[in-house]
Amino acid sequence: MTILLLLIPAALAIGGLGLAAFFWALRNGQFEDPEGNAARILIEDDE
Amino acid sequence: MTALRKPAPAFERTVLAVPSIHCAGCMSKIERGLGVMPGIASARVNLSARTVTVEHDLSLEAHDLVHALAELGYEAQARRDELAPRLSAARPLLAPLAVAGFAAMNVMLLSVSVWSGAEGSTRDMFHWISAGIGVPAIAFAGRPFFKSAWQAVRRGRTNMDVPISLGVLIATGLSLYETGRHGEHAWFDGALMLLTFLLVGRVLDAMMRDRARAGVDALLSQAAQGAMVVGADGTLAWVDAIKLVPGTVMRVAAGERLAADGEIVSGASRFDQSLLTGESAPVPLHTGDQALAGTLNLDAPIDVRVSHAGHDTTLAEIARLMEASTQNRSRYVRIADRAARLYAPAVHSLAALTVVGWLLSGATLYQALVTGVAVLIITCPCALGLAVPVAQVVASGSLMRAGIMVKDGSALERLATVDRALLDKTGTLTQGKPLPDSAALLALATDEAAIALALASHSSHPLSRALAAALARRNIAAAPLSDVAERAGEGVFARWHGHEVSLSRPLGGGEAIAAALTIEGRPVRLIPFSDRLRPDAVSALAQLRQLGVECSILSGDRPGAVGEIALATGLTAQANARPADKQALVARLRASGRKVLVVGDGLNDGPALAAADASMAPGSASDVGLQAADLVFVQESLIALPRAVRAARRTTAVVQQNFALAIGYNVLAVPLAIAGLVTPLVAAVAMSASSLIVVANSLRLARAAK
Repeated sequence: MTILLLLIPAALAIGGLGLAAFFWALRNGQFEDPEGNAARILIEDDE
Repeated sequence: MTALRKPAPAFERTVLAVPSIHCAGCMSKIERGLGVMPGIASARVNLSARTVTVEHDLSLEAHDLVHALAELGYEAQARRDELAPRLSAARPLLAPLAVAGFAAMNVMLLSVSVWSGAEGSTRDMFHWISAGIGVPAIAFAGRPFFKSAWQAVRRGRTNMDVPISLGVLIATGLSLYETGRHGEHAWFDGALMLLTFLLVGRVLDAMMRDRARAGVDALLSQAAQGAMVVGADGTLAWVDAIKLVPGTVMRVAAGERLAADGEIVSGASRFDQSLLTGESAPVPLHTGDQALAGTLNLDAPIDVRVSHAGHDTTLAEIARLMEASTQNRSRYVRIADRAARLYAPAVHSLAALTVVGWLLSGATLYQALVTGVAVLIITCPCALGLAVPVAQVVASGSLMRAGIMVKDGSALERLATVDRALLDKTGTLTQGKPLPDSAALLALATDEAAIALALASHSSHPLSRALAAALARRNIAAAPLSDVAERAGEGVFARWHGHEVSLSRPLGGGEAIAAALTIEGRPVRLIPFSDRLRPDAVSALAQLRQLGVECSILSGDRPGAVGEIALATGLTAQANARPADKQALVARLRASGRKVLVVGDGLNDGPALAAADASMAPGSASDVGLQAADLVFVQESLIALPRAVRAARRTTAVVQQNFALAIGYNVLAVPLAIAGLVTPLVAAVAMSASSLIVVANSLRLARAAK
């Protein structure tokens, strides 16, 4: 059962990392223009 | 441009609304087109909000950017609330949702181990970790509910958030106590799951409002936001509407809307005042007459000396009328809160009775309290909290695909109850713009039509544009012309194969709107223009009647013009109604117990739209109409009306079914809880199952607008 002492913190840390990434995205305007971001992949950059 | 760049130029940020952006092609066209313009540092399109944010130096003004966009082929307007960030209802809920979801999943994982038989110190450790994750997460993610519940309780009222907050807080408190005394059951998972489900409902609800508002915002600002001002030395400069002061002289070109009230100092023209008064026939005005803000100059450029600007205009007067009437709408209590008024006291007294009952039958205080808390947790309105928002979100998504934007969920609830409809004439029953008579167009020979199209395409006059659009739709190619000249107030003149041709105001034309096509050596062709009924208007009204909604026309136009439409639609009508009259009629009908739907587009409809139980406006409506209306429909057809009413009624039916399901779940689960048989495992299963059932039932509304 001692493996839990390692696994639980590891699982929480990975989950927490995801949560932190989401907060970062929220603060940096990644959700400002969801439709536009979907459309932007169709724009060709070379010209 | 100078070769040397100025050191550190000061940049300004301007946000422009560009309603017609719709694809990746538009985005790159605009961003590249603006990017190469001198003075522009960067341009970025936001497709969701249909806006362009431009960083430019101070030599450029918003007006120049609008021109640049017009050259690229996009109609644009500078936003009035330029730098104010748009308030989104969904964004503040995203972080609580993320935290609640993260915590719920982790705690649920730990709970599964406890349910599958972890004991002793392992169970204690799991409970403590759950508490460590759960308590801060609940404190953070529960804030939207706690805040709203506290506001209701403080005013001596109750809403759906009161039983939610109580259930969550008590479950958390009891779980902490249980954890502390090495108990068997902790409810952190249940509390977090509840918050997650409810936040999903709230976020969906908020996203629906955001999307509808973005859609309406894109339609807004059709009125002139400024004017070309004639300086003392005769120079012309663009001045924003808010900076106009009485006494300045503005030059208004044909086809432009006035930005302020004023007196005409030179020139004469006809004005379309339908937005203000509902009057469809153009009003001729001469030097010395008063022209009103928001009216459309039809014929010739004129100079107007501003007498009232900004908040002193007739427009602002109507806004004041509206403010008074919006209050009775805010008194409307949403279905969920009405349910909560019955639900919360019932649940809370049930929990109290359970505690008393267990005490009387000889249980310890601890045992009685735990059972009471179990009742509170199991009755926590998880399904009830989802029942309304999910149904409304699904229905309004379906309506949006059908071109009808619903501004908020309560609009659907109110629309479902209407039994009386008042319809404006100009712009609502009719298309609100003069269209060429199709019989007259058919009578034109092919070469005549080709000449007419060529002439019309050279003018930006509203009649010319309507004519060009109608002819182009008939696949007519424009004839080659030479020496084209547009004479303001008269028409377009040109030469065709050596003959003189013109499209002009008919001689001696009185009230009726028409254009005369003159070709040298042939008889003059007269093309009458008239405002036409919307397609499907008659069948839409018949459908409304079938739905039990009695319709009538309420217009500010002349009795003659209203009579024509009344005859065509078979409705009773009231003409010459001023904005205050319309509002008064709505109030009278409401006082007699009718639920009134007002459909209108003009400024003059604003107060009535705001006073009605529910209101709709076409997408072509004025800013005021769009803002006052609950629903905005963007297609030409009037079928949107019965369609929206039907969808609203179906939504209400599904919401009621959802309530029945949620109550049915309680009828099953509450006796178990009172008997003390509910464990956290039972609660988790019951909650998820009831929520899923409610969501599944709501999804049936996906085709509500069909």
